[in-house]
Amino acid sequence: MPSLPDMTTPDVVALAERAAASQPHDPHLEDVDLRPAFFDWLCRMGDNTLILGHRISEWCGHGPVLEEDIALANTALDLIGHTQMWLGLAAEVEGEGRTADDLAFLRDAMRFRNLQLLELPNRDMAVTLMREFLFDAWHFEMLTALCGSQSPRVAEIAAKALKEVSYHLERSSDLIVRLGDGSEESHRRMQDALDRLWPYLGEMFVEDAVDKAVAEAGIAPRPADLRGAWEQTVNEVLEEATLASPDTRMDVHQGGKQGRHTEHLGYILAEMQFLQRAYPGASW
Amino acid sequence: MYAQMVKSEGMKSAEEMTPEERAFQNRIDRNEKIEPKEWMPEGYRKTLIRQIGQHAHSEIVGQLPEGNWITRAPTLERKAILLAKVQDEAGHGLYLYSAAETLGVSRDELMEKLHSGAMKYSSIFNYPTLTWADMGAVGWLVDGAAIMNQVPLQRTSYGPYSRAMIRICKEESFHQRQGYAIMMKMAQGTPEQKEMAQDALNRFWYPALMMFGPSDKDSVHSAQSMAWKIKMNTNDELRQKFVDETVPQAEYLGLTVPDETLRWNEERGHYDFAEPDWNEFFEVIKGNGPCNRERLEARRTAWEEGRWFREGLMAYAEKSAARRKAAPHAAE
Ligand SMILES: [Fe+2]
Ligand SMILES: [Fe+2]
Ligand SMILES: [Fe+2]
Repeated sequence: MPSLPDMTTPDVVALAERAAASQPHDPHLEDVDLRPAFFDWLCRMGDNTLILGHRISEWCGHGPVLEEDIALANTALDLIGHTQMWLGLAAEVEGEGRTADDLAFLRDAMRFRNLQLLELPNRDMAVTLMREFLFDAWHFEMLTALCGSQSPRVAEIAAKALKEVSYHLERSSDLIVRLGDGSEESHRRMQDALDRLWPYLGEMFVEDAVDKAVAEAGIAPRPADLRGAWEQTVNEVLEEATLASPDTRMDVHQGGKQGRHTEHLGYILAEMQFLQRAYPGASW
Repeated sequence: MYAQMVKSEGMKSAEEMTPEERAFQNRIDRNEKIEPKEWMPEGYRKTLIRQIGQHAHSEIVGQLPEGNWITRAPTLERKAILLAKVQDEAGHGLYLYSAAETLGVSRDELMEKLHSGAMKYSSIFNYPTLTWADMGAVGWLVDGAAIMNQVPLQRTSYGPYSRAMIRICKEESFHQRQGYAIMMKMAQGTPEQKEMAQDALNRFWYPALMMFGPSDKDSVHSAQSMAWKIKMNTNDELRQKFVDETVPQAEYLGLTVPDETLRWNEERGHYDFAEPDWNEFFEVIKGNGPCNRERLEARRTAWEEGRWFREGLMAYAEKSAARRKAAPHAAE
């Protein structure tokens, strides 16, 4: 669990500025040509964790067993922590004076850059866990690659997040195996969840101009390069879980990365952004 | 205080006690801790199960009113803090169910009793959280009231309960501080925010006072529990202490405690204050609070809809045990 900010500290802003001043120099932050793509890509990272964190946090107090309540809240907490780092850096790269909170709470759906997979409703624990696992497996490979990023700021965030995401993947893999190879009903539900989510997975590996630009700048891997390792993890876990990967297309639904979303995102934002929208300029 | 009106046994005088009971009472009087495997009167065990169980239920039902605002928290930082707090409450539930288990009652049994209505949770969680300021008021007043009760319970006579309280108290003071920090922001914020803060105090003040349970003169279960050091202070003592500490905090916020009779009594060295409406309290306990039905329904639904999940994990555990038996060396 990330440590919480010390609330007795009077000036959090001053602290943040001091922390920023002590950051390693990163020439990518001054590259004006790269800026729009870099900003967009950072929003993708931060929006993924924000939207998945939101969905997982919906379970708070409603989990099937107390240990699960705790684990889900902890996962959501980690993801919100990652959001603060990614969107914080995005705001810095943009250089327009916006903050991570401005990006999270004051952008509309067409400016959100998360994968469509992550905004789908939770439905039951089977869909919730299967989605988390399929994303964790990608997230783990992505962050592992980013630890070697030529942007020291990106590498630093990735290294912090990777510790937690390694644990997320360990936990979700374990549950997929146990529920897939559990009772008849748990097996059926896990298989249904996999079938339902399958057509959304391809989006993780599709490359567009933004991905290309950050890859060429040495910031991030090419999306397609993550696919082999992701498939290996997923296949191993599914096999042990006695679940079958559908032989249908994985790339049916996509567009989230470019701001084209499902109907569900608008409702997430309506809820998430309510206070900031209803009381503009208030401080909380 | 998360345990209200816990039914205890009639108080026995020293002459009425068996030699075993007298020896037991002597240990408690010497502040010795009672541990799970040791002899204890049946009444002590039963009262503890009721009290720890009610406390555990309060922690988990208590996730709901705050969980209600996680998806609407106004900043990423507030969202993270609230998530951490609600996660802590679930953890408290876990420590307490474990402490109850050492007395021979399983978590599932206690859960069933919560769901059937045979066991209660604190009345406070039957009140709704209507605005963001309620996240402030709950942390400040509700966790604040819980701390009043839980700090002395760190010295309670039952070892596992006492140790659970020590762990819990460390986290509770963070809960209260984060609540007060929210109140501070709201009270110093825009006129709308200030209005929300005052409204939250208005709604939560009396329900918070009720958390300590009925007045001592109407509290029938206290004497034996206090002799056993399961209960460390009377309801009225704790309520007074809470009011004395909270009123200056409200003043510092610039908010008004909704009690016209509230004044400092120089002679007593305490605030005089109005009692809550005890009829309302008994109605809430009976199930007629604003959210009783919804809270219990939410917990029952979580349990029912989670059945396949729990059964799936159990089926896997049985299968892998059988596989290990069939091929004992294969996995090594
Ligand atoms: Fe964590
Ligand atoms: Fe608690
Ligand atoms: Fe608490």
